[in-house]
Amino acid sequence: MNLFSSALLLAKKDLLSELKTKQILVTQIIFAALVIVVFSFAFDPANNTTKAVIPGVIWVIIVFAGILGLNRSFISEQRNDTMQGLLVAPMEAASIFLGKFFANFTMILIVEIVSIPFLFLLFDFKMTGSIAYFILVIFVGSFGFVSIGTFLAALAANSKSSEMLLPLLLFPITSPILIGVTQATRIILSDMSKLSSALAWTQMVTAYDVIFFVVALLLIDYVLEV
Amino acid sequence: MIEIKKLTKQADNKLILRGVDLSVKKGETVAILGPNGAGKSTLLKVLATLIKPTSGSIKINGLDLKKNQIAIKKMLGYLPHSSLLYDHYSPLENLIFFGDLYGVKNSEQRAIELVKEVGLGFFLNEPVKNFSRGMIQRIAIARAIIHEPEILLLDEPHTGLDQGAISILNNVILNMKQKGTTTLMVTHDFKQAAEICDRIIIVKNGKIVDDFTIEQPSLSVVSEKYELQVEGVS
Repeated sequence: MNLFSSALLLAKKDLLSELKTKQILVTQIIFAALVIVVFSFAFDPANNTTKAVIPGVIWVIIVFAGILGLNRSFISEQRNDTMQGLLVAPMEAASIFLGKFFANFTMILIVEIVSIPFLFLLFDFKMTGSIAYFILVIFVGSFGFVSIGTFLAALAANSKSSEMLLPLLLFPITSPILIGVTQATRIILSDMSKLSSALAWTQMVTAYDVIFFVVALLLIDYVLEV
Repeated sequence: MIEIKKLTKQADNKLILRGVDLSVKKGETVAILGPNGAGKSTLLKVLATLIKPTSGSIKINGLDLKKNQIAIKKMLGYLPHSSLLYDHYSPLENLIFFGDLYGVKNSEQRAIELVKEVGLGFFLNEPVKNFSRGMIQRIAIARAIIHEPEILLLDEPHTGLDQGAISILNNVILNMKQKGTTTLMVTHDFKQAAEICDRIIIVKNGKIVDDFTIEQPSLSVVSEKYELQVEGVS
């Protein structure tokens, strides 16, 4: 089995497992709904200035709902030492990282697909910018956040206080991504005349994504050692 | 089949394995005995590629463990203390998943056969979380041999099993032996070691202190040798 087929098998296992237990995805979606409802009460949707908070709300949902899933992805492999079962199987450690990444990324995409239209609906937000660019920014930002998060979740899983450690490690490292994508999202949703600036932010985030994704693939072997 | 030379493993400042030299031929069934903390499980984990050795060399089927991990992992079946099974998955789902990971053809067919072989054919689609310790261990055995490994690494496989499960496990080991599988079994159960193994290794303080073959299954011989080496009783 090659790197990708093993990874896809592992991702399929995680997603089927989620389908059975419904532990992570349901929690993530409930969290996203709560954030949207709270923000919709805190800021008057009828007020035009409220639209300015929407890019921030989108990324608050992605970051915090994402952490809920990331925390569980490697901790779930500690029960019955199933991580050892994966480590003794004939596949690279990078396959484990990729498999976990695919599963986490799929789940965060589902959260986004459900929550962002709900957010727009509740805030009565009419999209004036480009939907394609908006999807691109969300994709690039989520990719970077989930790939770094998956790597750090593997690192934190061996710690007794991993649920606290993961956000502590994750926020400083992903802050360039979050700054970039929030800026790009704001421009794309409100002022398409500054599209070149949004694209520059997106390019910066993409470069950051690629670097950290490759670093994670190279280092995961050392992180997963028992 | 397995060639270990001057193997050491250091964790923090403690030397767990202190220059282990061991050669195991194809088809041998070897029991590794020793007191707690002697380094038996560590030796098995190093062979299973879970832990990197500090120094020394390991060759399996002529392949270096450091350089040919994937090829070697395909040959290994590992059964530790834990089941390595997913609780909310059924035996069938667990075995198909691991079978697919090992590239087993017709993994579903093989999984069904194995579940029936370990006597749990009626529980094929029940989640493993509802099983007793003995039932889980039976599925764990099936998981370890799903890909028909050439080398079986067992870490205290008889612990907590009832007589039925013990005889199933012993039959599996003996059947695998007939097919030419090499087995290394860490155990505290001298009776089982004497019954199914043809060679005994005693490990103490990270070193092999005795290594002998058994011609006739004899619990007293194993116990005497163990006491002599570990407890210093003659």
